[in-house]
Amino acid sequence: MALPPPDPQFVLRGTSAAVHTLHFSCGGPEPDIPLLFSGSENGFIHVWNLKTHRVDTALDGHGRKSVYCVETMGGKDRLLSQGRDQRICLWDLAEGRTSVMDSVFTEHVGFCRCSLLKVAQGRWLMAMAARSLEEVQILELPSKTSVCTLKPEVGAKLGMPMCLKLWQLSCGSQPVLLAGYEDGSVVLWNVSMGKALSQLICHQEPVMSLDFDSEKAKGISGSSEKVLSIWSLNEQQNLQVYKTHELVNAGISDITIRPDKKILATAGWDHRIRIFGWKKLKPLAVLDYHTATIHCVSFSDHSSPRERLLAAGSKDQRISVWSIYAQT
Amino acid sequence: VSFIPGGLDCSISFVSHVLGKVCIHGRQKEILGVLVPCLTDLTKSDCIWQRICWRLVECVPDRWMEAVVIGFVQKAPRADILSRLLGNLVVKNKKAQFVVTQKMLLLQYGHTTAVLQNLLGHLSQDSLRRTLLLRVLQELLETWSSSSAVKHSPVEQQLYISKAILICLSHLKESEIESCRQELLTSMMEGVKCHLDSSLPQLRRLGMVVAESISLKINSEGPVLKFEYEEDDTTRELKSLVEQTPSFCVVPSLPDDDRSEEADATLSESDEKSGPAAPLMPDEESDAELDSDDDLIPYDMSEDKELKIKAPVYIRDCIEVLTGSRSEDVDKWEATVKALESLVRKNPAATREVSVELAKILLHLEEKTCIEGFLELRQRAQVAVLTTDPIPVAKYLTSQFYSLNYSLRQRMDILDVLVLAAQELSCPKFHGKTKHSGAQKPCIQLLPGSDSSKGWRRIVDERIKSKTRRFHMGQSHAELASCPNEFYSVAGYFFFPLIQHFDRPLTTFDLLGEDHLVLGRLVHTLAILMYLSVNTVAVTAMGKALLEFVWVLRFHTDSYVRQGILSCISSLLLSVPAEWILAEMTEELLETQSWLGDVMEKDPDGDCRKLALQNLLLMENIKKKLEAVPS
Repeated sequence: MALPPPDPQFVLRGTSAAVHTLHFSCGGPEPDIPLLFSGSENGFIHVWNLKTHRVDTALDGHGRKSVYCVETMGGKDRLLSQGRDQRICLWDLAEGRTSVMDSVFTEHVGFCRCSLLKVAQGRWLMAMAARSLEEVQILELPSKTSVCTLKPEVGAKLGMPMCLKLWQLSCGSQPVLLAGYEDGSVVLWNVSMGKALSQLICHQEPVMSLDFDSEKAKGISGSSEKVLSIWSLNEQQNLQVYKTHELVNAGISDITIRPDKKILATAGWDHRIRIFGWKKLKPLAVLDYHTATIHCVSFSDHSSPRERLLAAGSKDQRISVWSIYAQT
Repeated sequence: VSFIPGGLDCSISFVSHVLGKVCIHGRQKEILGVLVPCLTDLTKSDCIWQRICWRLVECVPDRWMEAVVIGFVQKAPRADILSRLLGNLVVKNKKAQFVVTQKMLLLQYGHTTAVLQNLLGHLSQDSLRRTLLLRVLQELLETWSSSSAVKHSPVEQQLYISKAILICLSHLKESEIESCRQELLTSMMEGVKCHLDSSLPQLRRLGMVVAESISLKINSEGPVLKFEYEEDDTTRELKSLVEQTPSFCVVPSLPDDDRSEEADATLSESDEKSGPAAPLMPDEESDAELDSDDDLIPYDMSEDKELKIKAPVYIRDCIEVLTGSRSEDVDKWEATVKALESLVRKNPAATREVSVELAKILLHLEEKTCIEGFLELRQRAQVAVLTTDPIPVAKYLTSQFYSLNYSLRQRMDILDVLVLAAQELSCPKFHGKTKHSGAQKPCIQLLPGSDSSKGWRRIVDERIKSKTRRFHMGQSHAELASCPNEFYSVAGYFFFPLIQHFDRPLTTFDLLGEDHLVLGRLVHTLAILMYLSVNTVAVTAMGKALLEFVWVLRFHTDSYVRQGILSCISSLLLSVPAEWILAEMTEELLETQSWLGDVMEKDPDGDCRKLALQNLLLMENIKKKLEAVPS
């Protein structure tokens, strides 16, 4: 007899706007407070204290334009945020400061979230959608120098890049980029050489979100249709479709794989969070709490497995935080 | 009758005379019934017999030529046989030419399709005769595209001409089409306009089918004209006439066959869009891996079903959603439109508070997203509102009918809603009897036929039958189940405002002028309302008003309007008590009777004549009934 799905452990209210992005920062040692960063449609970035469940700080740096991506850069003192004001801001939050250190003007008018990858101590690579319609630009941070621009070949008709993921197999190896495009295809790019290694049509509709497991060389992508597509990367760096999974309702905004690669969560347009086992994509749970479309899901980076959390931000202005499958 | 074989110089003129005389006396069938099969066999391969046969028909005197030729054309089983028998008679003999090219095609219209095919096939088979074929086609097209012909000639004749045009088209060669392409195009455009202008749905459909076929012929590569209409036997028959490839014809296989193949090919190509790459790695790997850490127990997911947007539960919420400008909530808007009718019916008290507002919203409601059956949903909601709160909503709708700035479609919607609501109010049994197929698809949008009047006519016919039976057998048919008739108290509100302003033209709406389609619908609507008002208190006042209204319009040129007027008179005769009719309206009745007699004999439209006859019968019945009552 299957148990009914659990309720959220707690719910964070107070953003007064739809929540578009979430990022945990709980890895620090005690007495560091576990934090959750959230970006909202009204341009604010809220820093939530996960002990008190209240907002510690609210950052206003995007001119009241929607913030659709937040990431930390090596700890909770450095924050990167991307907003609809076409800017990526780098924040310094150490010692209670709340100032924008630097910003990058992307000239990108879409919704493609940037992707960060730490390549060396203090050096990051960031992939972001650029001004030109189909291009992806790779910048090195904090120097903001352009590493390369990834342009699809003429006539490829990929459309806008919708989601990006930078990764490298191990520290020191070549960084590679996976990009999902508007026409439903996922392209694997070699960043150093600036050319595409493989392209796979995964969906008939635009790819909304993707995530990749570099250990198993397997990735998953979700779109506005009813199908989740799981694909793999073989030795020749070719993408192949591995499996597809059909959902009950169409539309996925976000997919994320838990850091221990055991489960993954999808944020659905049907107001539900779905949990699957990553190994065989076995459906595990459907979490039905929100009353509007869910924009983002994120797993925490707690060092202790039992404290791990899953957060989901929705258009109904609430962030639900769950503790699910934390024992394994 | 036996013939002398051999190449002797025998004179056949005597035989021709006999043949002609017999035919003119009306005995074509008998004599040709024997002669034609005989000659068919004889002329199959024998040239001499063919020539004899030709001489035979050529020698028939002119005054009997028509009968003979018509007889041959009707009797010959196929066009090539006709050619064998008649030869080039139509080219050589003026009278025969007149009969074949003018009389049988333009002046008469009683011949069957097979006869038409024979005739036109015959014309197409010889190069000498093909010029005649082209001329015939031109004249047919001229008639087809003349607006006065479309307005005044009977439907059967127009059908006949359309069939002839299509058969001609099927016989034309590419080169000939090339040469007269421009004329074909001009005639088609004019003809289509006249046909679509007509109020009768059969004529509109005729125009559409012929125009499609013509455009297919002249434009075999490019985009082709395509109308949306309901297929029925007539249209299918017409279409089949064009696509024939007579095997014995000289004409090469028609381009439209190739075209239809091309069209099929492109259709199948577009279906094979490049789908996602097939999974290359099957699921063998999953078996190889042991489920070492598959100890994640799934939770209960039985609640995970398809997401359904909930419609609002309160009427005022519905109003908010429908008038709201928030364009994001289209799902909610759709759900509201679908749920509105049942909500209105379940909450009559709440509806009555906001009935006029709701009626206003529904009248102006436009399709925001692509819902299936939007027009029907909207109409049912309107009917529901009207039946729940008849008086204020009827006042509103009838006032809007004559207001500025509404489209013809909206005005006709008002009429349809009034009729449906009246039927529903008069008896629950009528509810659902006349369903409007209001759902229209894109393509060339045309107004649907007056389905309600057809259904109504059935009811009236039944009623008339029952009335006549009643006189003879003395039984009374209790047709309608007994239940309180809610329509009685509100009939006046439906009827009188509609009849009030019909002769007052507005800037955008002129009932007596261009908008005769709406006038026709209005007249039919009034007929139905009159019929449903039987036994109401106001029925006599209605009758008088209706008779005056009808009197003004009785010579209207549009046959749809005339049909409506005759229906009005039927309803009047059925609904108004007979005593009152005879007492108060004797003079008008007499005038009406003489007018009806006129219509019955001289009106070009078959339906009008039938209706006039029915009305005269009804009047007779009333008189007899009153005389039969012992005073």
